Amino acid sequence: MEFFVISTLIGLSYGLLLFMLSSGLTLIFSMMGVLNFAHASFYMIGAYIGFTLNSVLGFWTALFLAPVLAGLFGAFFEKFCLRRVHKFGHVPELLITFGLSYVVLEIVQLVWGRTAVEFQPPMELQGPAFTLIQNSLSGLSLIWGAASPELCQVADTAVRVVCSPFPATRGFMMLVAISMMIGLWLLLTKTRVGLVIQAALTHPEMVESLGHNVPRVFMSVFGVGTALAGLAGVIGGSTFVTEPAMAATVGSVIFVVVVVGGMGSLAGAFLASLIIGIVQTFAVALDYSVLSLLQNIGISVGAASQDNALLKLTISQVAPILPYLFLVLILIFRPRGLLGKRET
Amino acid sequence: MKFTHKFIATAALSTLSSLAFAQAGETVKIVMIEAFSGLMAPVGNNQLKTYQFLAEKYNANNPAKVKFEIVSIDNKLSPAESLNALQSAIDQGARYVTQGNGSSVAGALIEAVNKHNDRNPGKEVVYLNYSAVDPDFTNSKCSFWHFRFDADTSMKIESMTTFMKDKTDIKKVYLLNQNYSHGHQVAKYAKENLARKRPDIQIVGEDLHPLAQVRDFSPYVAKIKASGADTVITGNWGSDLSLLVKAANEAGYTGKFYTYYTGVSGTPTALGKNGEGRVFQISYAHYNMGGKFQKWMEEFNTKFKDDMYTDSIDNIFNSLTLAMAKAKSTDPVKVAFALEGLKFQSFAGENEMRKTDHQLQQTMFMTVWQKVDKKYPYSAENTGMTLAPVQKFEPYVASTPTSCQMKRPG
Repeated sequence: MEFFVISTLIGLSYGLLLFMLSSGLTLIFSMMGVLNFAHASFYMIGAYIGFTLNSVLGFWTALFLAPVLAGLFGAFFEKFCLRRVHKFGHVPELLITFGLSYVVLEIVQLVWGRTAVEFQPPMELQGPAFTLIQNSLSGLSLIWGAASPELCQVADTAVRVVCSPFPATRGFMMLVAISMMIGLWLLLTKTRVGLVIQAALTHPEMVESLGHNVPRVFMSVFGVGTALAGLAGVIGGSTFVTEPAMAATVGSVIFVVVVVGGMGSLAGAFLASLIIGIVQTFAVALDYSVLSLLQNIGISVGAASQDNALLKLTISQVAPILPYLFLVLILIFRPRGLLGKRET
Repeated sequence: MKFTHKFIATAALSTLSSLAFAQAGETVKIVMIEAFSGLMAPVGNNQLKTYQFLAEKYNANNPAKVKFEIVSIDNKLSPAESLNALQSAIDQGARYVTQGNGSSVAGALIEAVNKHNDRNPGKEVVYLNYSAVDPDFTNSKCSFWHFRFDADTSMKIESMTTFMKDKTDIKKVYLLNQNYSHGHQVAKYAKENLARKRPDIQIVGEDLHPLAQVRDFSPYVAKIKASGADTVITGNWGSDLSLLVKAANEAGYTGKFYTYYTGVSGTPTALGKNGEGRVFQISYAHYNMGGKFQKWMEEFNTKFKDDMYTDSIDNIFNSLTLAMAKAKSTDPVKVAFALEGLKFQSFAGENEMRKTDHQLQQTMFMTVWQKVDKKYPYSAENTGMTLAPVQKFEPYVASTPTSCQMKRPG
């Protein structure tokens, strides 16, 4: 039971981190009509700027400033690069973001080196947020913070006690992502600015003729989207590893999220993020293979096929490719994604 | 007449002496092909520093009176990139290449070196392997051009399970390894050896994860905890071990870890004060070897603020210079013949480069993670912790048989 709870929480926290990235990506997609290949690079920029600011100004200042800087960089990129190639169509737009991702990667390697940097979360976030205690006598209980060793060890060997702490960094990750989500939702649906953005996404000419500066709206959407990626970077970088390959690792996964969720759909991105996060976490735990499935339903398998490498592959071994398999299946059977509206 | 005799004698003497030191003063270029970028880069960078540091020491004084020059090429931990790197090493005129991290890379290098040497007689290259431990390299795939200075997985697991045999608190074991030849071999040998020595031990889980890809081991640790395992056996190294112990600490896992590479970059820091008495390492060396080597380790630490843990590189310099002095040449073919069956004194005692398969026969140490004390004072990555030996296996105990059918040139 405590395994299920902890794994769900790990999956959810990873899914929410993916949502912080994919929400910006999907907003930018609705606006530009093409995927921003460099989106994950802003995640990496956020992490590295966060790392540098963390050592000078402390984590909390870094958490605030790094997204702002990443967002400013994004807005700058939109205004001076992306807008210029916009008139040439989608392919140049795609290519320029593709080029940017390589430029960012090389710059990061030049400035911070080719190895991982030591980005420690602050003291407040080191240690567990809460601890689940599974006692075979008294059942499951929860304690905020760390549990004392006495609670986790009992003299009586017949009683099985398992303490499962949940790291505070992950709790913080979930907290930030959820507050970001609520903020974004309120901004888009309850404010005038949000109305203008929504209108500009679908009917830019109409909004422009009503007197709004649509290019500036696009620039700010791009800036906010990349700032969110930067925010995810500070949190993801300090929780996991800050290294030059982090953009490539997460980049491919957030494309999956955006396509699976439905291009341009925020709700879809949210759903797909959580699904991918949970699937990836639980897939690791499943040791079922085609062979064990056959044996379970009572089909006897010959000795030769029992050694067949393909039949013996377990779900946990194929866990890393599951998101991409999911992507292919969605594109075949539901090309507009889970909650997408347009037929792309 | 008298004069002629004297002349001939002098001439003969001088020829002899020049023969005796034919290699003296020559510069030997060793090209190191290793991952200097990516998650595993800290390990490669540390080993490069080790190579440079020890080259300096041996350049100052060695039996063959040769000088070493170390050149490094980044292979990004990819076998394909390594073959390009090997070609570029050969183009630079290097006759000695060295690599260690990743048996995937080592396997590709052995094949490529074999092919090159077959096709280019007179330009042979010798491959000095300091840490790729897939047993196949000294069995089915053994090569005259390959010398292994680490102990292979069959030796490590043999010693590790001999130690585990008497630990009655081990009941349920989990095997977590990297999904490539090395990880497969660790899992295979661990299962075989445990079944033989401790049939009562239950293997409650077995996992293979991608090499140098996993950033978050929490799902794996949750699975290990759920399996009820009291012991984890892992051949993981670099980030795959440091991130694993980090996740295990965060998840409050209190079982034991039996590892190959606790002392390798990153893991001591990730462990910190945790894991005292619970984390074991099987290796051919440890932090507190004493003697000359200890002084070098301390010097290395002051110079680079880093630990020197790839002690097999010292064995490489040590045996290579002896072999060059014995062969009176730096020619790789002659040196390879001289290196075969060579016995030499290392930091751990007498070692022998076994002639039949080119696997170094050496002492093994089972060590445990604990606080530094008077006897074992070396602080790993300044954690205040160290690896203290709990059992020593003499070379004849750690030795395992080989099936190698070596093909020799000529």
